[in-house]
Amino acid sequence: MEADITITVDGEQHRLVTDTRTTLLDALRDRLGVFSPKKGCDHGQCGTCTVLLDGRRATTCLALAVAHDGAHVTTSAGLAADERGQALHQAFLDHDGFQCGYCTPGQICSAAGMLDEAGAGWASAVTEDVRAEPELDEAEIRERMSGNLCRCGAYAGIVEAVREVAEHDGSRAGGEVANR
Amino acid sequence: MTRSIERVAAVGTAPERVDGRAKVAGKAPYAYEHPVERPAYAHPIQATIAAGRVRGIDTARALAVDGVHTVLTPDNAPPLRRGQDAELEILQAPDVAFRGQIIGCVVADTPEAARHAADLVAVDYERRDHDVTLASDRPDLYRPGEVSHEADTEDGDVDAALAGAAARVEAEYRTARNHNNPLEPHTTVAVWDADGLTLYDSTQGVHSLRSAVAEVFDLDESRIRVLAPYVGGGFGSKGTAHAHVVLAALAAKRMSGRPVKLALTRQQTFTLAGYRTPTVQRVALGADTDGRIDALAVDVVEQTSRVKAFAEQTALPSRTMYAAPHRRTTHRMAALDVPVTSWMRAPGVCPGMFGPEVAMDELAERCGLDPIELRLRNEPDRDPETGKPYSTRNLAECLRGGARRFGWDARPAAPRQTRQGEWWIGTGVASSTYPVHHAPGSAARIERRADGRYHVGVGAVDIGTGAWTVLGQIAADALGVDREDVVVTVGDTALPFASVAGGSSGTTNWGSAIVAAAHGFRARFGDDDPPAGSEHTESAPENPDTERFAMHAFGAQFAEVHVSADTGEIRVPRLLGVFAAGRIVNPRLARSQFLGGMTMGLSMALHEEGVMDERLGMVVNHDLAEYHVATNADVPSVEAEWIDEHDPHVNPMGTKGIGEIGIVGTAAAVANAAYHATGVRVRELPVTADRFLTA
Repeated sequence: MEADITITVDGEQHRLVTDTRTTLLDALRDRLGVFSPKKGCDHGQCGTCTVLLDGRRATTCLALAVAHDGAHVTTSAGLAADERGQALHQAFLDHDGFQCGYCTPGQICSAAGMLDEAGAGWASAVTEDVRAEPELDEAEIRERMSGNLCRCGAYAGIVEAVREVAEHDGSRAGGEVANR
Repeated sequence: MTRSIERVAAVGTAPERVDGRAKVAGKAPYAYEHPVERPAYAHPIQATIAAGRVRGIDTARALAVDGVHTVLTPDNAPPLRRGQDAELEILQAPDVAFRGQIIGCVVADTPEAARHAADLVAVDYERRDHDVTLASDRPDLYRPGEVSHEADTEDGDVDAALAGAAARVEAEYRTARNHNNPLEPHTTVAVWDADGLTLYDSTQGVHSLRSAVAEVFDLDESRIRVLAPYVGGGFGSKGTAHAHVVLAALAAKRMSGRPVKLALTRQQTFTLAGYRTPTVQRVALGADTDGRIDALAVDVVEQTSRVKAFAEQTALPSRTMYAAPHRRTTHRMAALDVPVTSWMRAPGVCPGMFGPEVAMDELAERCGLDPIELRLRNEPDRDPETGKPYSTRNLAECLRGGARRFGWDARPAAPRQTRQGEWWIGTGVASSTYPVHHAPGSAARIERRADGRYHVGVGAVDIGTGAWTVLGQIAADALGVDREDVVVTVGDTALPFASVAGGSSGTTNWGSAIVAAAHGFRARFGDDDPPAGSEHTESAPENPDTERFAMHAFGAQFAEVHVSADTGEIRVPRLLGVFAAGRIVNPRLARSQFLGGMTMGLSMALHEEGVMDERLGMVVNHDLAEYHVATNADVPSVEAEWIDEHDPHVNPMGTKGIGEIGIVGTAAAVANAAYHATGVRVRELPVTADRFLTA
């Protein structure tokens, strides 16, 4: 069975006819040639396919394309359009927050989504006082980034990179996360 | 002695990765992502029995699926040349040697159609009872033939020396079945047209993969091109050709000109991409009252598949680590109905340093010595196995420097002394080592182009190691130019031959080729401004010093472990590694290599175990939700340092290789720290909570 859908990826609108079994990840990669999100497990277990889906981080291998007609997808490539995305890219380079690079676009999208979540006051499993504004110390960053596996073991650099951007991103505290 | 690079200007600096900007944006094309016209998609069909044969395959329902082009089976697959590598000679016979073996393949217009159709293929099997159980008392264990090293070694009279030893440790240690799990699943895009076969592959060696494919297809190598500019990790599992590569090429051959994409699923990689055998290690150490080791024995039992023998060299590191006049190492293997065992990061050395390094901790306690002091007292003057001098051996400095940095001296000597609330706290140490491997034949091409820059081509592969970057640093110094004036290209068989990215040998082999080519280039064209088009290709010369010296990197790993008194939960808040690995070409990238190895070592220590269901003959936790690898939250503090080591013998750069040593010893350090915390000696990996609940 097929369906007509429209998806906007990194600001560019695409119309496509998709098999209703096709995941959003496969639609991006196989149909649209958007390869920034990677496929690592296809089961929502590794995080490499993470994008911002209508403003929130999401694993696209667990989303069916047909269920996201009209969605806006931002990949790590698209994040470079704004200052914070550029800062994340540069921080990952500076702190060598990757080796093979395969999990990296997912890590960076996850970091961008996580910064918004923390800025909006969302608690994590390690937040001591869930009523207070969460402070993104290393333990918070590690916890919030643990949905993204890195088999090369670049976690130390990832935490340093995200922390650096989080410190310059303090102005976003009190922000909101997009409603989906 | 090798001719060294004269100038060290770019080497030793820490530029960011030259491929980094493309990678953070996700624009660096991995195997699946190369643009090809109108690809078809292949999905493997895997055996659902562990032993027997395929009696018949009914493909009618699969072929009826819209968009399906063909179903390859043992009945209709194109013939392959047989008799070389049975892992690769797929679909040539109906036999099933392990559960998950490739017995067919669907090729379709879309991945969804291919996968759906693969499920519709009905297979009739003739089953045989399977045997997948590794045990050290099996009657059919056999001694492997020599692969890269002798299976057994013996010096002196170990048993007599053990019997007379003042202090003795004799125990059995076990390491688990580990799966490499690079985050990029193994992928091949194959195009077979009038020009020959082109493979975009997630491989650690474009030339070695080409040779394997040429062999099995009986093709001239000149008809095959393999490209792998970016590879999403490998850790050994992409170091040798696996069956899916052949399957993709078979499908492409059948599709005559149309490209075929084959990406293994994560689950499929657990059976089709190699894995580290579980090991049983019987370790015996005998020492005098001062802790000087008189007898050392490591007797290993491990498994191999029936399809293809692979002998993990588990006892290897014990042949070079510590001095002892009476020494024995043996390997025995069980051939089982299991998937093909293969390389995983520091094959042999990594599992082989678990048992002995925990045994050293136990011996230290028997002798009433600090574990570091015990190791220092057993430092050999020469390599115990070969009698050769070491080119450099700075294990002692790593142990001493690490102890200072870690705050080792503050620890109580006895175990189970420190409790903070719920947590027992302890510290542990273990040694690391990894040999300096040399492989012959790598070559590099250097060309001055009209852009004024020096273009360096070598068929190396960067699996995340940093080769794209560090080879440019080496070339700049060898040519005597700035790094910005050098452009490196790797990952293509159209470039000069390069050895596989494995055994921590990439920089040694490819760097030596680049230095040789640079010196040759300067000899031909002079030191000044050579004209555009000046080009020179040269191979790395043999290094005569490899015959004169034993060459190994060394390191010391320190762990702090907390174990919950209530639940047995184990946490590792702190890891420190100090390494002596020759010259460090790029400190920024080298740190990542060391930390990455240690993190994978931590993962091995706490989490990783492929669990065999003996009834089904399969690893049941074959995905990343159930086969746990370390996550970000598992690694609170991991630090790596290195000592300034100058080794003029290893190669022109003075490098020893850093991709693997970081994983060697980590698990033993963690297990030793867990003992120090709790008094519970765990001799089996992974170290899980249940081990502490009886304490």
